[in-house]
Amino acid sequence: MTTAPARTAVQALPSTWRERVRQWLDSEPVLAYVFMSPGWLILLLFMSYPFVLGIWISLTDRSVGLPGGEFVGLRNYWELLQDSVFRSTVINTFIYGFVTVPFKLLLGLLLALLLNQVFPLRNLLRAALLLPWIVPTALSSLAWLMLYDAVLSPFSWMLKDWGLVESNIAFLGTRTNAIISLCIANIWRGTPFFAVAILAGLQAVPQELHEAAAIEGANSLQRFFAVTLPVIKGIIVITTLFSIIWTFADFQLVYVLTKGGPANSTHIFGTFAWQEGIGGAGKLGMGAAVSLYMFPILAVLSALLLRYVRSQEA
Amino acid sequence: MVGSKRLSSRLLFLYLPLAFFTVFLLFPFYWMLIISLKPNSLLLNMKINPLFLTQATLEHYRYLLTNTDFPRWAWNTAVVTFGSTFLSLTSSILMGYALGRFRFRGGNLAGTAIFLAYLIPPTLLFIPLSQVVARFGLYNTYWALILTYPTFLVPFASWLLMGYFRTIPRELEECAMIDGASRFQAMRRIILPLALPGVLSAGIFSFTLSWNEFLYALVFMGSGEMKTIPVGTVSDLIRADVFQWGPLMAAALLGSVPVAIAYMFFVDQYVSGLTAGAVKG
Repeated sequence: MTTAPARTAVQALPSTWRERVRQWLDSEPVLAYVFMSPGWLILLLFMSYPFVLGIWISLTDRSVGLPGGEFVGLRNYWELLQDSVFRSTVINTFIYGFVTVPFKLLLGLLLALLLNQVFPLRNLLRAALLLPWIVPTALSSLAWLMLYDAVLSPFSWMLKDWGLVESNIAFLGTRTNAIISLCIANIWRGTPFFAVAILAGLQAVPQELHEAAAIEGANSLQRFFAVTLPVIKGIIVITTLFSIIWTFADFQLVYVLTKGGPANSTHIFGTFAWQEGIGGAGKLGMGAAVSLYMFPILAVLSALLLRYVRSQEA
Repeated sequence: MVGSKRLSSRLLFLYLPLAFFTVFLLFPFYWMLIISLKPNSLLLNMKINPLFLTQATLEHYRYLLTNTDFPRWAWNTAVVTFGSTFLSLTSSILMGYALGRFRFRGGNLAGTAIFLAYLIPPTLLFIPLSQVVARFGLYNTYWALILTYPTFLVPFASWLLMGYFRTIPRELEECAMIDGASRFQAMRRIILPLALPGVLSAGIFSFTLSWNEFLYALVFMGSGEMKTIPVGTVSDLIRADVFQWGPLMAAALLGSVPVAIAYMFFVDQYVSGLTAGAVKG
């Protein structure tokens, strides 16, 4: 007798509780936040938090093995401005990030226009030519390391065989040579990305317009500028901005090919930050400051990209 | 007459440039292959033409697989790749679903934040992140990479999936829910199968990006036996400037095979993912 009401109460409680949770979860905003929580948790812990921590570390003299470190204000940033290696790093990064882009864009555009034609084995070639972009860069850079080797380079061998040079070329031996060599390897890796993105954009080019323009007597160059280019312009802008951001913030290719050498003359931000913060002296504060010098330019590029993507959506 | 003119113009404007691109883009792979098969005696002999293979050996592959830690690195890479891909795909499906299908306050802001997160490169974060990894006691464990790779996988995959989920009409799941299905049943049985190409693209991309990652693996996995293939090959197979080119090229080739296979099977998903994720936004 006395236990019966108690039992119903016990049974009723979970059912209303469960009911309430279910109702609560039926509201879209609540469910949206529940669904997003795992992703945001990871991003907060391993992206936002390190970002803020990085700003703090860059203001200290923290180093590997010495936790904490003392607050030194902007000293790391100031010292870097005086450092000739850092100044050459800035120049190298701009060359590497910006000078390679027109080459990647032009070659990629050309390749896309070629792959858009009809010919035997087209799909196989399209798949094979994307390989430089998809394989691990650290590993393909090893092939380039040997192609650029002071003794074993097949390029040197061929040039000597054809009688164009007397002795082997030091592809990575001087600053100028090394930077050109790095840029070529980077163009090699990036061209397929441009090609595939532009090739996808070319599918949207209306064929009737091409035919109409041909009937009107436009040659293929005129047709490219009047019909094709307006359609793929958006893709070209976005792909270019992405490529600049990625190349600007690159690491592996330079790390494998030169490690910033000879004599620290070919560093980009990523490899110099690694050398200062982890590899060499382990000056974490200094390394963090090198990385954060990238931030303003990345912020500008990201803002441009975001604005452009928005304008395309609208 | 007309036919031969057409043929010569195709030769000049199509096949010749295609041949140039093929040689330029594939030569490094050809080089990896012949060096990995070339006996050492021929490798260092600069009198003979280095561009061709006159004699082949599997000795470099045998050395790589029995005398180095390469098999161990391959195992590490696989564990990390599958772990981070699984984690990223799960959280990205949920995130993409929320961003693509729910109307809620802050939805646009969250979408923009995800897009910007995609643009933050590892080189900006790796030094403080190494401190975070150490503080959480993850240094030199698989978790160091399984938990940090999603920082670049989740933004990309969520953005990609958001686009896919948006293309599926809302009426579909509303109908299912009127017919008595719960929201989760409608999601699992109706929306997810329709978004499968997107899930597949996101999965292949996550797989490739994790397999190829270098900087975090270099910094967070210090000891030889925890290294991944790219890091182990680059740092442990090159010792004191003595290059063992044969095993190095064999490792470079073997380490590239899994992503090349994954991609050959799903090249269309890969390309649509590349363009949806990287180009549409």
